Amino acid sequence: MESVMSHENELNFKATELRLGLPGTEISAAKNNNNKRASPEENGSKCVISSAKSSTENETAPAPKAQIVGWPPVRSYRKNNIIQTKKTEHETGIYVKVSMDGAPYLRKIDLKVYNGYQELLKALETMFKFTIGEYSEREGYKGSEYAPAYEDKDGDLMLVGDVPWNMFMSSCKRLRIMKGSEARGLGCGV
Amino acid sequence: MAYSFPEEVLEHVFSFLCSDKDRNAVSLVCKSWYEIERWCRRRIFIGNCYSVTPDIVIRRFPKVRAMEMKGKPHFADFNLVPEGWGAYVYPWISAMSVAYPWLEEIKLKRMVVTDECLELISKSFKSFKVLVLSSCEGFTTDGLASIAANCRNLRELDLKESEVEDLSGHWLSHFPDHCTSLVSLNMSCLGSEVSFSALERLVGRCPNLKTLRLNRAVPLEKLPNLLSRAPQLVELGTGTYSSEFRVDIFSNLSEAFSVCKQLKGLSGLWDAIPAYLPAMYSVCPGLTSLNLSYATIQSPDLSKLVSQCPNLQRLWVLDYIEDSGLEALATSCKDLQELRVFPSDPFGAEPNVSLTEQGLVTVSEGCPKLQSVLYFCRQMSNAALVTIAKNRPNMIRFRLCIIEPQAPDYVTLEPLDTGFGAIVKSCKELRRLSLSGLLTDQVFEYIGTHAKKLEMLSIAFAGDSDLGLHHVLSGCESLRKLEIRDCPFGDKALLANAAKLETMRSLWMSSCSVSYGACKLLGQKMPRLNVEVIDERGPPESRPESCPVEKLYIYRTVAGRRIDMPDFIWTMDEDSALQHS
Repeated sequence: MESVMSHENELNFKATELRLGLPGTEISAAKNNNNKRASPEENGSKCVISSAKSSTENETAPAPKAQIVGWPPVRSYRKNNIIQTKKTEHETGIYVKVSMDGAPYLRKIDLKVYNGYQELLKALETMFKFTIGEYSEREGYKGSEYAPAYEDKDGDLMLVGDVPWNMFMSSCKRLRIMKGSEARGLGCGV
Repeated sequence: MAYSFPEEVLEHVFSFLCSDKDRNAVSLVCKSWYEIERWCRRRIFIGNCYSVTPDIVIRRFPKVRAMEMKGKPHFADFNLVPEGWGAYVYPWISAMSVAYPWLEEIKLKRMVVTDECLELISKSFKSFKVLVLSSCEGFTTDGLASIAANCRNLRELDLKESEVEDLSGHWLSHFPDHCTSLVSLNMSCLGSEVSFSALERLVGRCPNLKTLRLNRAVPLEKLPNLLSRAPQLVELGTGTYSSEFRVDIFSNLSEAFSVCKQLKGLSGLWDAIPAYLPAMYSVCPGLTSLNLSYATIQSPDLSKLVSQCPNLQRLWVLDYIEDSGLEALATSCKDLQELRVFPSDPFGAEPNVSLTEQGLVTVSEGCPKLQSVLYFCRQMSNAALVTIAKNRPNMIRFRLCIIEPQAPDYVTLEPLDTGFGAIVKSCKELRRLSLSGLLTDQVFEYIGTHAKKLEMLSIAFAGDSDLGLHHVLSGCESLRKLEIRDCPFGDKALLANAAKLETMRSLWMSSCSVSYGACKLLGQKMPRLNVEVIDERGPPESRPESCPVEKLYIYRTVAGRRIDMPDFIWTMDEDSALQHS
């Protein structure tokens, strides 16, 4: 335990060194800049760690581990494919245009950044400097002359907030903040 | 001689011999049979491109129509072979362009193929029909354009998992309008989008198209367009299998699949989303081969899918299938012969899925025809391996990768010698074996004693001493390929079994304990072997003789030393030995 702690306190280059061997072991079996190498027998015995030692090392050694070249033996096109898939899942945003009636230019936002309608509407309020009213299923957005609407994949203009957030995220093509009498037509009860 | 058959009769008889082994045997009977056979050999297979030269091949077999060749050692797949190592196919293409004008087939694996090569192929061989490039590199989509444009009777273009520099998808449009001969097209490894209308037209005008493997860039909603033009497909690799869910896309897809009554193999399925899986249910009962290794769907959906495929013989899947999915597989797929389970998160410190040794045990129990396994997992026990061995004595290929190097039996903390020992004792027809986990010299004794049919063995982070290697080299009578990394095997075993190396195709050893001195000695003693030291630290003679070499590649050859080596490879032979003695 103590030896692991002392390693963590120093500027330990060893922890980040790329080498062949389990973390916590003293071998640098391949990466060797000296001219003189350990004799074959010595090197040989060092390559094998007793099972007891390795299991304790694994319990106390913290992640992340040094990556061993070519291990596990997964081909690069497979690795790349999995990474790409993970990226598509987590990193590409859902960018939609946002227009506001009367504004000179549009904005673009990433829907993935928001956890739900509340966050989204707050962000829109800040971005365009207006207030959206209270949402109710029956009356839409009350108490404001603005209504947030969106165009779905069928091309229809819909009121923001009616469907579950995830469904909204996958069907929203662009956002439009409507103003005035048109907005009232969308069910705004004023 | 009065009792010999006329040549034509012998030639006719020989034409029924397809395997190289049989033809080689026939050539040894007598000189006249050797002569007759060599003139009528049409297919050649060269397992190691450096074992022979183009001239030697052409001189012996003047009328070859199909050639298949492999280049880099298998460990090149895992980045253990440095860039620039070799395996250039150009000298072969160049020689064959003159000697074999009627060449029809070229199949290459792990070789460097340039656009120049592809252009030369497309212009030199008037009857060229089949090009298969498996795990090759060095060419761009421009090279593919030459093939598409110039090979008038092209039947097969299969890029398997090659690394292609993808300049654009334009190459596909180079297939002329009069090209109707395609039987197989595999472009799954390419990134760029091809012109969909060109693809559609190509598929539509090739009535014999049986295999079509699309790349990821082909969108799901367009797949029905292709399927409707090729309902005769036997093997399909979809493009991306993801799109926002739309009922119309789903029904088009469903309908398109339902007309593909001959479909036996399905692959691709990148980013598959569960909502679209039922669209392929109509083809599932006919499927014998399913490659889900790019589909990041979870166990419940995977279970449901495999349960619909009672005739499945081959399944490749990610470990998302988990033990529960493998149980469903074992219950539903009684014809299963091959299972490959790939890791979804190979570098993660912690397991991200519930896939253990139990999944493999269950499949070994439930699938009586299971003979080929590639399994990545994070824990294994001797008990599990013993059970698998008992269940499946018909196993032929067994490749187990426990992700943590030197991981012991997780129950007893013992080495896995007993488990793998059971495998080799029970599976008498075992041809290929990959080991992992904590292993001592004992497992190699078991292997040397029992694995008499073993042809290929892969070893990593295993063994205690030279004795381990000695057991393998002295005991495995059928051994052809041996690849070893990070094991304490050294000079003694290698030198004691030098003669064995001439009976094998090749031996690879990296990060082991073989000294430069021993390499020199071996190279000197064995003129029919190329003993190649690969060392990126600089010339081996700048270090003491006892210093272990980084990597060692030894193979039998009649070609003499290589003449195209990069500066980090040295051949050990009499000349070099004399220089430094």
